[in-house]
Amino acid sequence: MTGVRILVGTRKGAFIITSDGDRRDWEVSGPHFPGWEVYHVAGSLLDPERIYAAPSGGWFGQVIQRSDDGGKSWNPVGNEFRYASETGTHQWYDGTPHPWEFARVWHLEPSLHDVDTVYAGVEDAALFRSTDAGATWSELPGLRTHPSGSSWQPGAGGMCLHTVLQDPVDPQRIFAAISAAGVFRTDDGGQTWQPKNHGLHSEGIPDTDAEVGHCVHRLAMHPSRPQTLFMQKHWDVMRSDDGGDNWREISGNLPTDFGFPVAVHAHEPDTVFVVPITSDSHHFVMDGKLRVYRSRSGGDEWEALTTGLPQENCYVNVLRDAMAVDSLDSCGLYFGTSGGQVYASADSGDSWAPIVRDLPAVLSVEVQTLT
Amino acid sequence: MIRVVLPAHLRSLAGVSSELSLDVADPPTIGGVLDALESAHPMLRGTLREHGGGARRPFVRFYACEEDLSHEPADSLLSAEVVSGKEPFLVVGAMAGG
Repeated sequence: MTGVRILVGTRKGAFIITSDGDRRDWEVSGPHFPGWEVYHVAGSLLDPERIYAAPSGGWFGQVIQRSDDGGKSWNPVGNEFRYASETGTHQWYDGTPHPWEFARVWHLEPSLHDVDTVYAGVEDAALFRSTDAGATWSELPGLRTHPSGSSWQPGAGGMCLHTVLQDPVDPQRIFAAISAAGVFRTDDGGQTWQPKNHGLHSEGIPDTDAEVGHCVHRLAMHPSRPQTLFMQKHWDVMRSDDGGDNWREISGNLPTDFGFPVAVHAHEPDTVFVVPITSDSHHFVMDGKLRVYRSRSGGDEWEALTTGLPQENCYVNVLRDAMAVDSLDSCGLYFGTSGGQVYASADSGDSWAPIVRDLPAVLSVEVQTLT
Repeated sequence: MIRVVLPAHLRSLAGVSSELSLDVADPPTIGGVLDALESAHPMLRGTLREHGGGARRPFVRFYACEEDLSHEPADSLLSAEVVSGKEPFLVVGAMAGG
Protein backbone atom coordinates (compact mmCIF):
# COMPACT_ATOMS: atom_id res chain seq x y z
CA MET A 1 0.00 0.00 0.00
CA THR A 2 1.27 3.45 -0.83
CA GLY A 3 0.69 5.85 1.98
CA VAL A 4 2.16 7.83 4.81
CA ARG A 5 2.68 7.27 8.51
CA ILE A 6 3.07 10.41 10.61
CA LEU A 7 4.94 10.06 13.89
CA VAL A 8 3.91 12.71 16.38
CA GLY A 9 5.63 13.37 19.71
CA THR A 10 3.71 15.47 22.23
CA ARG A 11 3.93 16.71 25.78
CA LYS A 12 1.78 13.80 26.90
CA GLY A 13 2.50 10.87 24.65
CA ALA A 14 3.01 9.86 21.03
CA PHE A 15 0.50 9.45 18.23
CA ILE A 16 0.75 7.63 14.94
CA ILE A 17 -1.41 8.87 12.09
CA THR A 18 -1.74 6.96 8.85
CA SER A 19 -3.34 7.48 5.48
CA ASP A 20 -3.21 6.13 1.97
CA GLY A 21 -1.61 8.01 -0.89
CA ASP A 22 -4.59 10.34 -1.25
CA ARG A 23 -3.96 11.72 2.24
CA ARG A 24 -7.58 12.68 2.78
CA ASP A 25 -8.71 10.16 5.39
CA TRP A 26 -6.61 9.61 8.46
CA GLU A 27 -6.45 7.01 11.17
CA VAL A 28 -5.06 8.12 14.52
CA SER A 29 -3.58 5.69 17.03
CA GLY A 30 -2.47 6.65 20.49
CA PRO A 31 -1.61 7.99 22.85
CA HIS A 32 1.38 5.72 23.01
CA PHE A 33 3.28 6.17 26.29
CA PRO A 34 0.47 8.32 27.71
CA GLY A 35 1.62 10.92 30.17
CA TRP A 36 5.25 10.79 29.04
CA GLU A 37 6.83 13.73 27.30
CA VAL A 38 7.88 12.45 23.88
CA TYR A 39 10.40 14.77 22.33
CA HIS A 40 10.88 12.67 19.22
CA VAL A 41 9.68 9.63 17.30
CA ALA A 42 11.67 8.56 14.25
CA GLY A 43 11.52 5.69 11.79
CA SER A 44 14.26 4.00 9.82
CA LEU A 45 14.48 4.65 6.10
CA LEU A 46 16.09 1.22 5.70
CA ASP A 47 13.30 -0.59 7.55
CA PRO A 48 10.19 1.57 7.93
CA GLU A 49 8.68 -0.89 10.40
CA ARG A 50 11.44 0.01 12.84
CA ILE A 51 10.57 3.10 14.82
CA TYR A 52 12.19 4.63 17.88
CA ALA A 53 10.57 6.87 20.46
CA ALA A 54 12.09 8.89 23.27
CA PRO A 55 9.63 9.27 26.16
CA SER A 56 10.96 11.11 29.19
CA GLY A 57 9.72 12.88 32.26
CA GLY A 58 10.77 14.64 35.41
CA TRP A 59 9.80 11.72 37.62
CA PHE A 60 11.25 8.68 35.93
CA GLY A 61 13.82 10.07 33.53
CA GLN A 62 14.56 8.84 30.05
CA VAL A 63 13.20 5.75 28.35
CA ILE A 64 13.76 4.63 24.78
CA GLN A 65 11.11 2.52 23.10
CA ARG A 66 11.47 0.58 19.87
CA SER A 67 8.84 -0.83 17.57
CA ASP A 68 9.61 -3.42 14.90
CA ASP A 69 6.09 -3.50 13.50
CA GLY A 70 5.44 0.06 12.44
CA GLY A 71 4.31 1.27 15.85
CA LYS A 72 1.74 -1.39 16.62
CA SER A 73 3.74 -2.68 19.56
CA TRP A 74 6.64 -1.25 21.52
CA ASN A 75 9.41 -2.56 23.74
CA PRO A 76 11.70 -0.57 25.98
CA VAL A 77 15.36 -0.77 24.98
CA GLY A 78 18.49 0.74 26.52
CA ASN A 79 18.22 4.03 28.36
CA GLU A 80 21.69 4.46 29.82
CA PHE A 81 23.32 7.56 28.35
CA ARG A 82 26.63 7.76 30.15
CA TYR A 83 29.12 10.36 28.95
CA ALA A 84 32.24 8.61 27.72
CA SER A 85 34.82 10.63 29.58
CA GLU A 86 35.33 13.22 32.29
CA THR A 87 32.55 15.65 31.58
CA GLY A 88 34.06 18.92 32.71
CA THR A 89 31.88 21.98 32.53
CA HIS A 90 30.05 24.19 30.09
CA GLN A 91 28.77 27.68 30.86
CA TRP A 92 25.55 28.11 32.76
CA TYR A 93 23.03 30.86 32.00
CA ASP A 94 24.82 33.21 34.37
CA GLY A 95 28.21 32.50 32.81
CA THR A 96 29.47 30.28 35.62
CA PRO A 97 30.88 26.81 34.91
CA HIS A 98 28.26 24.08 35.13
CA PRO A 99 28.88 20.33 35.11
CA TRP A 100 27.70 18.43 32.08
CA GLU A 101 24.57 16.48 33.10
CA PHE A 102 22.37 14.22 31.03
CA ALA A 103 18.79 15.50 31.00
CA ARG A 104 16.96 13.91 28.08
CA VAL A 105 17.06 12.78 24.48
CA TRP A 106 15.90 15.47 22.09
CA HIS A 107 16.34 13.76 18.77
CA LEU A 108 16.70 10.25 17.40
CA GLU A 109 18.19 9.74 13.96
CA PRO A 110 18.21 6.22 12.53
CA SER A 111 21.23 5.62 10.33
CA LEU A 112 20.91 5.90 6.57
CA HIS A 113 23.55 3.24 6.18
CA ASP A 114 22.99 0.52 8.77
CA VAL A 115 19.62 -0.66 10.01
CA ASP A 116 20.76 -1.32 13.58
CA THR A 117 22.54 1.99 14.02
CA VAL A 118 20.73 4.98 15.47
CA TYR A 119 22.00 8.32 16.77
CA ALA A 120 20.65 10.24 19.74
CA GLY A 121 21.16 13.95 20.30
CA VAL A 122 20.85 14.74 23.97
CA GLU A 123 20.78 17.51 26.57
CA ASP A 124 23.36 18.42 27.90
CA ALA A 125 24.66 18.47 24.38
CA ALA A 126 26.30 15.29 23.20
CA LEU A 127 25.85 12.75 20.45
CA PHE A 128 25.29 9.10 21.29
CA ARG A 129 25.15 6.12 18.94
CA SER A 130 23.69 2.68 19.26
CA THR A 131 24.79 -0.06 16.87
CA ASP A 132 22.44 -2.68 18.33
CA ALA A 133 19.08 -1.08 17.61
CA GLY A 134 18.96 0.87 20.83
CA ALA A 135 19.96 -1.85 23.29
CA THR A 136 23.13 0.00 24.32
CA TRP A 137 24.37 3.53 23.72
CA SER A 138 27.87 4.95 23.45
CA GLU A 139 28.83 8.57 23.26
CA LEU A 140 30.85 9.94 20.36
CA PRO A 141 32.84 12.13 22.74
CA GLY A 142 34.82 14.07 20.17
CA LEU A 143 31.97 16.54 19.84
CA ARG A 144 31.40 17.30 23.52
CA THR A 145 35.14 17.46 24.17
CA HIS A 146 35.77 19.91 21.36
CA PRO A 147 38.03 22.67 22.77
CA SER A 148 35.14 25.11 22.57
CA GLY A 149 32.90 22.91 24.75
CA SER A 150 33.63 24.72 27.98
CA SER A 151 32.27 27.92 26.40
CA TRP A 152 28.95 26.47 25.20
CA GLN A 153 25.86 27.90 26.84
CA PRO A 154 22.32 26.55 26.96
CA GLY A 155 19.51 28.15 25.06
CA ALA A 156 16.33 28.83 26.96
CA GLY A 157 15.17 25.26 26.37
CA GLY A 158 18.38 23.71 27.62
CA MET A 159 21.73 22.93 26.04
CA CYS A 160 20.44 20.44 23.54
CA LEU A 161 21.83 18.65 20.55
CA HIS A 162 18.67 18.77 18.46
CA THR A 163 19.64 18.12 14.86
CA VAL A 164 21.58 15.23 13.33
CA LEU A 165 21.95 15.26 9.55
CA GLN A 166 23.68 12.43 7.76
CA ASP A 167 25.28 12.75 4.36
CA PRO A 168 23.44 10.15 2.29
CA VAL A 169 26.51 9.49 0.14
CA ASP A 170 29.36 9.73 2.63
CA PRO A 171 28.67 7.76 5.84
CA GLN A 172 31.60 9.48 7.51
CA ARG A 173 30.04 12.93 7.26
CA ILE A 174 27.48 13.99 9.86
CA PHE A 175 26.23 17.42 10.86
CA ALA A 176 25.06 18.17 14.37
CA ALA A 177 23.48 21.36 15.66
CA ILE A 178 23.42 22.53 19.24
CA SER A 179 21.58 25.33 20.98
CA ALA A 180 23.40 27.51 21.66
CA ALA A 181 26.74 26.43 20.27
CA GLY A 182 25.98 26.13 16.57
CA VAL A 183 26.75 23.68 13.78
CA PHE A 184 29.49 21.06 13.91
CA ARG A 185 30.57 18.64 11.20
CA THR A 186 32.49 15.41 11.32
CA ASP A 187 34.13 13.86 8.27
CA ASP A 188 35.45 10.82 10.09
CA GLY A 189 32.32 9.17 11.40
CA GLY A 190 32.12 11.20 14.57
CA GLN A 191 35.63 11.00 15.97
CA THR A 192 36.51 14.64 15.38
CA TRP A 193 34.30 17.65 14.80
CA GLN A 194 34.76 21.13 13.40
CA PRO A 195 32.54 24.15 14.01
CA LYS A 196 30.76 25.20 10.81
CA ASN A 197 29.34 28.59 11.64
CA HIS A 198 31.21 30.96 9.33
CA GLY A 199 28.81 33.57 8.04
CA LEU A 200 26.40 33.39 10.97
CA HIS A 201 25.71 36.66 12.72
CA SER A 202 23.91 36.69 16.07
CA GLU A 203 23.15 39.87 17.96
CA GLY A 204 22.54 37.97 21.17
CA ILE A 205 26.15 36.99 21.75
CA PRO A 206 29.09 39.24 22.64
CA ASP A 207 31.09 38.45 19.49
CA THR A 208 28.34 38.50 16.89
CA ASP A 209 30.23 36.38 14.34
CA ALA A 210 31.98 34.07 16.78
CA GLU A 211 33.14 30.63 15.70
CA VAL A 212 30.71 29.03 18.20
CA GLY A 213 27.85 30.26 20.35
CA HIS A 214 25.06 30.67 17.79
CA CYS A 215 21.57 29.48 18.58
CA VAL A 216 20.92 27.32 15.56
CA HIS A 217 17.37 26.01 15.67
CA ARG A 218 17.28 23.51 12.83
CA LEU A 219 19.09 22.30 9.71
CA ALA A 220 17.65 20.67 6.60
CA MET A 221 19.19 19.03 3.56
CA HIS A 222 17.89 17.55 0.33
CA PRO A 223 19.38 14.09 -0.11
CA SER A 224 20.30 14.74 -3.75
CA ARG A 225 22.36 17.78 -2.79
CA PRO A 226 24.17 17.10 0.49
CA GLN A 227 26.49 20.07 0.05
CA THR A 228 23.54 22.43 0.38
CA LEU A 229 22.14 23.04 3.83
CA PHE A 230 19.33 25.27 5.01
CA MET A 231 19.20 26.65 8.52
CA GLN A 232 16.62 28.30 10.70
CA LYS A 233 18.68 30.19 13.24
CA HIS A 234 17.20 31.92 16.29
CA TRP A 235 16.90 34.90 14.00
CA ASP A 236 17.81 34.53 10.29
CA VAL A 237 17.22 31.85 7.71
CA MET A 238 20.55 30.78 6.25
CA ARG A 239 21.95 28.68 3.44
CA SER A 240 25.26 26.97 2.78
CA ASP A 241 26.34 25.46 -0.54
CA ASP A 242 29.65 24.09 0.62
CA GLY A 243 28.78 21.66 3.36
CA GLY A 244 28.52 24.28 6.05
CA ASP A 245 31.89 25.93 5.42
CA ASN A 246 30.17 29.23 4.65
CA TRP A 247 26.67 30.51 5.29
CA ARG A 248 24.70 33.34 3.76
CA GLU A 249 21.41 34.80 4.82
CA ILE A 250 18.34 34.03 2.68
CA SER A 251 15.64 35.61 4.88
CA GLY A 252 14.72 37.95 2.02
CA ASN A 253 11.13 39.16 2.25
CA LEU A 254 10.04 37.03 5.22
CA PRO A 255 7.89 39.10 7.60
CA THR A 256 10.07 37.90 10.45
CA ASP A 257 13.02 35.56 10.26
CA PHE A 258 12.68 34.16 13.76
CA GLY A 259 11.42 30.60 13.82
CA PHE A 260 12.20 26.99 14.55
CA PRO A 261 11.62 24.46 11.75
CA VAL A 262 12.94 24.40 8.20
CA ALA A 263 12.22 21.70 5.64
CA VAL A 264 13.13 20.99 2.02
CA HIS A 265 10.69 19.74 -0.61
CA ALA A 266 11.14 16.05 -1.43
CA HIS A 267 11.55 16.57 -5.17
CA GLU A 268 12.66 20.18 -5.53
CA PRO A 269 15.98 20.83 -3.77
CA ASP A 270 15.50 24.59 -3.99
CA THR A 271 12.01 24.61 -2.52
CA VAL A 272 12.22 25.38 1.17
CA PHE A 273 9.62 25.84 3.91
CA VAL A 274 9.76 27.80 7.17
CA VAL A 275 7.18 28.92 9.73
CA PRO A 276 8.04 32.46 10.86
CA ILE A 277 7.34 33.25 14.50
CA THR A 278 6.89 36.81 15.73
CA SER A 279 10.03 37.00 17.86
CA ASP A 280 12.02 35.37 20.61
CA SER A 281 9.93 37.23 23.15
CA HIS A 282 6.64 36.27 21.49
CA HIS A 283 6.75 32.62 20.70
CA PHE A 284 3.66 32.64 18.52
CA VAL A 285 2.92 33.35 14.87
CA MET A 286 2.53 36.94 13.65
CA ASP A 287 -0.74 38.83 13.61
CA GLY A 288 -2.78 35.84 14.73
CA LYS A 289 -2.17 34.16 11.35
CA LEU A 290 -0.64 30.74 10.89
CA ARG A 291 1.41 30.98 7.72
CA VAL A 292 3.97 28.63 6.23
CA TYR A 293 6.38 30.41 3.94
CA ARG A 294 7.74 28.73 0.85
CA SER A 295 10.66 29.70 -1.33
CA ARG A 296 10.98 28.03 -4.73
CA SER A 297 14.29 29.74 -5.40
CA GLY A 298 16.37 28.38 -2.55
CA GLY A 299 15.67 31.38 -0.37
CA ASP A 300 15.42 35.18 -0.50
CA GLU A 301 12.00 35.18 -2.21
CA TRP A 302 9.22 33.78 -0.06
CA GLU A 303 5.47 33.39 -0.47
CA ALA A 304 2.93 32.93 2.30
CA LEU A 305 0.92 29.71 2.23
CA THR A 306 -2.36 30.25 4.02
CA THR A 307 -5.12 28.24 2.35
CA GLY A 308 -6.75 26.11 5.01
CA LEU A 309 -4.68 27.54 7.86
CA PRO A 310 -6.26 29.81 10.52
CA GLN A 311 -5.85 33.46 9.60
CA GLU A 312 -7.24 35.07 12.72
CA ASN A 313 -6.90 34.61 16.46
CA CYS A 314 -4.18 32.01 16.12
CA TYR A 315 -1.29 32.19 18.57
CA VAL A 316 0.55 28.90 18.33
CA ASN A 317 4.18 27.99 17.83
CA VAL A 318 5.73 25.31 15.67
CA LEU A 319 8.81 23.74 17.23
CA ARG A 320 12.03 22.78 15.47
CA ASP A 321 11.33 19.09 15.05
CA ALA A 322 7.66 19.55 14.24
CA MET A 323 7.67 19.82 10.43
CA ALA A 324 8.35 17.10 7.88
CA VAL A 325 7.83 16.21 4.21
CA ASP A 326 6.79 12.97 2.58
CA SER A 327 8.16 11.82 -0.76
CA LEU A 328 5.01 10.83 -2.60
CA ASP A 329 4.77 12.14 -6.17
CA SER A 330 2.88 15.19 -4.97
CA CYS A 331 5.04 16.15 -2.01
CA GLY A 332 3.20 16.23 1.29
CA LEU A 333 4.09 18.58 4.11
CA TYR A 334 3.11 18.24 7.77
CA PHE A 335 3.55 20.26 10.92
CA GLY A 336 2.31 20.24 14.48
CA THR A 337 1.65 23.14 16.79
CA SER A 338 1.90 24.05 20.43
CA GLY A 339 -1.91 24.05 20.37
CA GLY A 340 -2.08 20.37 19.53
CA GLN A 341 -3.04 20.63 15.87
CA VAL A 342 -1.37 18.63 13.14
CA TYR A 343 -1.84 20.13 9.67
CA ALA A 344 -1.23 18.35 6.39
CA SER A 345 -0.79 19.50 2.83
CA ALA A 346 -0.75 17.01 -0.04
CA ASP A 347 0.23 19.64 -2.63
CA SER A 348 3.55 21.12 -1.54
CA GLY A 349 1.90 23.56 0.83
CA ASP A 350 -0.63 25.10 -1.57
CA SER A 351 -3.53 24.00 0.61
CA TRP A 352 -3.83 22.67 4.12
CA ALA A 353 -6.22 20.82 6.37
CA PRO A 354 -5.99 19.81 10.01
CA ILE A 355 -5.69 16.08 10.64
CA VAL A 356 -6.24 16.46 14.37
CA ARG A 357 -6.97 19.57 16.40
CA ASP A 358 -6.77 18.66 20.05
CA LEU A 359 -3.65 16.68 20.81
CA PRO A 360 -1.34 17.74 23.62
CA ALA A 361 1.24 20.32 22.55
CA VAL A 362 3.18 18.88 19.63
CA LEU A 363 6.92 18.55 20.06
CA SER A 364 7.85 16.66 16.91
CA VAL A 365 6.45 15.47 13.61
CA GLU A 366 8.13 12.98 11.33
CA VAL A 367 6.62 11.28 8.32
CA GLN A 368 7.37 7.94 6.73
CA THR A 369 6.49 7.39 3.08
CA LEU A 370 5.26 3.84 2.66
CA THR A 371 5.42 2.11 -0.70
CA MET B 1 8.01 -12.53 49.22
CA ILE B 2 7.98 -8.78 49.39
CA ARG B 3 5.07 -6.93 47.83
CA VAL B 4 5.97 -3.91 45.71
CA VAL B 5 3.50 -1.39 44.30
CA LEU B 6 4.63 0.73 41.37
CA PRO B 7 3.16 4.01 40.06
CA ALA B 8 1.10 3.81 36.88
CA HIS B 9 3.82 4.97 34.48
CA LEU B 10 6.21 2.31 35.70
CA ARG B 11 3.57 -0.41 35.69
CA SER B 12 3.01 0.39 32.03
CA LEU B 13 6.71 0.44 31.31
CA ALA B 14 7.28 -2.89 33.06
CA GLY B 15 4.17 -4.43 31.55
CA VAL B 16 2.63 -5.34 34.90
CA SER B 17 -0.89 -4.57 35.99
CA SER B 18 -0.89 -4.96 39.74
CA GLU B 19 1.46 -5.22 42.65
CA LEU B 20 4.55 -7.36 42.33
CA SER B 21 5.92 -10.07 44.59
CA LEU B 22 9.67 -10.22 44.76
CA ASP B 23 12.23 -12.50 46.32
CA VAL B 24 14.76 -10.21 47.97
CA ALA B 25 18.20 -11.33 49.06
CA ASP B 26 18.86 -11.57 52.80
CA PRO B 27 19.04 -9.40 54.70
CA PRO B 28 16.13 -7.59 53.03
CA THR B 29 16.97 -3.92 52.58
CA ILE B 30 15.66 -0.98 50.58
CA GLY B 31 18.52 -1.39 48.14
CA GLY B 32 17.83 -5.11 47.95
CA VAL B 33 14.22 -4.48 46.92
CA LEU B 34 15.36 -2.10 44.19
CA ASP B 35 18.00 -4.58 43.02
CA ALA B 36 15.40 -7.34 42.82
CA LEU B 37 12.95 -5.05 41.07
CA GLU B 38 15.48 -4.00 38.44
CA SER B 39 16.65 -7.58 38.00
CA ALA B 40 13.13 -8.84 37.37
CA HIS B 41 12.22 -5.85 35.18
CA PRO B 42 15.38 -4.44 33.56
CA MET B 43 13.44 -1.74 31.75
CA LEU B 44 13.04 -0.02 35.13
CA ARG B 45 16.77 0.59 35.39
CA GLY B 46 17.42 4.30 35.44
CA THR B 47 13.82 5.21 36.22
CA LEU B 48 13.92 4.84 40.02
CA ARG B 49 17.55 5.60 40.66
CA GLU B 50 20.59 6.33 38.57
CA HIS B 51 22.00 3.46 36.57
CA GLY B 52 24.27 1.07 38.46
CA GLY B 53 22.41 1.35 41.75
CA GLY B 54 23.04 5.06 42.05
CA ALA B 55 21.11 7.85 43.73
CA ARG B 56 17.31 7.86 43.92
CA ARG B 57 15.74 10.10 41.32
CA PRO B 58 14.56 13.31 43.00
CA PHE B 59 10.83 12.85 42.35
CA VAL B 60 10.71 9.17 43.29
CA ARG B 61 9.66 8.28 46.82
CA PHE B 62 9.68 5.01 48.78
CA TYR B 63 7.02 4.47 51.45
CA ALA B 64 6.13 1.57 53.72
CA CYS B 65 4.03 1.22 56.84
CA GLU B 66 3.08 4.89 56.65
CA GLU B 67 6.73 5.90 56.81
CA ASP B 68 8.76 7.79 54.20
CA LEU B 69 11.85 5.69 53.54
CA SER B 70 13.07 7.84 50.68
CA HIS B 71 15.96 9.34 52.58
CA GLU B 72 17.01 6.17 54.37
CA PRO B 73 20.31 4.58 53.32
CA ALA B 74 20.04 1.81 50.76
CA ASP B 75 21.28 -0.76 53.27
CA SER B 76 18.48 0.04 55.73
CA LEU B 77 16.67 -3.10 56.80
CA LEU B 78 13.01 -3.39 55.92
CA SER B 79 10.45 -3.75 58.68
CA ALA B 80 9.04 -7.14 59.61
CA GLU B 81 5.65 -6.14 58.18
CA VAL B 82 7.17 -5.54 54.74
CA VAL B 83 9.37 -8.62 54.89
CA SER B 84 6.41 -10.81 55.83
CA GLY B 85 4.27 -9.38 53.04
CA LYS B 86 1.75 -7.91 55.43
CA GLU B 87 2.52 -4.41 54.16
CA PRO B 88 3.68 -3.41 50.65
CA PHE B 89 6.74 -1.43 49.69
CA LEU B 90 5.38 1.55 47.77
CA VAL B 91 7.23 3.29 44.93
CA VAL B 92 5.58 6.67 44.48
CA GLY B 93 5.93 9.48 41.97
CA ALA B 94 6.15 12.57 44.14
CA MET B 95 3.41 15.13 43.94
CA ALA B 96 4.76 17.84 41.65
CA GLY B 97 3.43 20.30 39.17
CA GLY B 98 0.48 22.57 39.39
